Amino acid sequence: MKETVSARVIADSAEISRMVVRMAHQILEANAGAEDLVLLGIPTRGVPLAQRLASELGRIEGSPVRQGSLDVTMYRDDLRRNPTRPAGRSQVPGSVEAAVVVLVDDVLFSGRTVVAALDALRDLGRPRSVQLAVLVDRGHRELPIAADYTGKVVQTAADEHVWVKVKEIDTEDEVAISREAQR
Amino acid sequence: MKHLLSAGDLSLDEANSILDLADQMQQVQHREVKKLPVLRGRTIVNVFFEDSTRTRTSFEIAGKWLSADTINVSAKGSSVSKGESLRDTMLTLDSMGVDAFVIRHSSSGAAHQVANWVKASVVNAGDGQHEHPTQALLDAMAIRQHFRKLGRDSWAGLRVGIVGDLLHSRVVRSNVLLLRTLGCEVVLVAPPTLLPTGVETWGVEVTSDLDQVIENLDIAMMLRVQRERMSGGFFPTEREYADGFGLTLERLHRLKPQAAICHPGPMNRGMEISSDAADAANSLVLNQVAAGVAVRMSVLYHVLGGSTEGIPL
Repeated sequence: MKETVSARVIADSAEISRMVVRMAHQILEANAGAEDLVLLGIPTRGVPLAQRLASELGRIEGSPVRQGSLDVTMYRDDLRRNPTRPAGRSQVPGSVEAAVVVLVDDVLFSGRTVVAALDALRDLGRPRSVQLAVLVDRGHRELPIAADYTGKVVQTAADEHVWVKVKEIDTEDEVAISREAQR
Repeated sequence: MKHLLSAGDLSLDEANSILDLADQMQQVQHREVKKLPVLRGRTIVNVFFEDSTRTRTSFEIAGKWLSADTINVSAKGSSVSKGESLRDTMLTLDSMGVDAFVIRHSSSGAAHQVANWVKASVVNAGDGQHEHPTQALLDAMAIRQHFRKLGRDSWAGLRVGIVGDLLHSRVVRSNVLLLRTLGCEVVLVAPPTLLPTGVETWGVEVTSDLDQVIENLDIAMMLRVQRERMSGGFFPTEREYADGFGLTLERLHRLKPQAAICHPGPMNRGMEISSDAADAANSLVLNQVAAGVAVRMSVLYHVLGGSTEGIPL
């Protein structure tokens, strides 16, 4: 882990919590309730975000919302360009058949992860609809993908890095932008 | 990882990475769509110069479930039967643009040799009486799952007894190498006539008295008596072998209650393993078979999945 002087914090813990609450309300509004909802986090940091969204939805609705994780490593189109990477864990609660699946990820960038997630999802069944929730949309899409629910839209340069830290993994909640690779 | 030739080539990290991914791959086995697009467009040729059902089939299934194109070549009906050398056969196949060879050959060291000749990746699926690394990996996977279910997450302190015909076994060498990398204690048990030469240099305990060690084993790995190779009078009678080295009902009761029983199959019931042991609740025989496809998927992914530059894990 390298400390960088150019890292700029764009959201702190309190703001991240507000984003999660706001997205939860938007999801409920768009789907007229939480029935049939399945939240699937994309590893690594999409998973705790999906958990938080699900517990927020459960709190508002008064009944638990199904949530899990969907690993997309095996569906990535850039597998062959990179060294062998370890796969994360997929844990899908029950069936996605006829469900409303909300994919949850930390950062939306090129859109390739989302496409991989859609491919992975197709092998698990046929959801009634699939929606996308991201904490940060940083632009620079390479594919026709858009988020349905966004915590924050951030203007970035293509060579900048956006880091979402979540306390479940990184011991703190924070969104930061830097010029160099860290973490 | 470009090739998988010997279990001894695997670092602890690599071994764990293969086992971890194999656990993930096992999920695919229970899905409706048993396909991952990972190796789409890759070609894997299973070259089997020796008969095999479970290894060849599980490699073929593993490749297909990862969306690779898999082709089987067996010695019978190939130009090998016309007298073509191994080298020429492999170079011919290699120049067709194959990405990986899975090779089984009756000569020890065949896979290493082939890896030096061809551009493609090579996975050793058994070379003579030398090695069978994917069998060792699937044994380790079944054992690890067994002990994880019991809440035990570490290999340290686990004592594995590998019992039986160690001389003709290609499994034993791979298992010793891998289990030691993982951190187990290994004890080899066999009649003196069925010990491989040079076993004293392996750095493991060797004994010919199963009764003396059976109570301390966490894993009893019974190896098949290879009757087809038993022309040399290695032991007096089958009955006597079972008495001395078989996992009999009596020995089964003396094992630790949570000890795992492994056998790579095919089993000679009543000889190296009694039916009571083979069908016991803590017998992993069928778990081993189930682990076979998942482990081979993971191995093929590790060999072919990443960049071809051979960047280590």
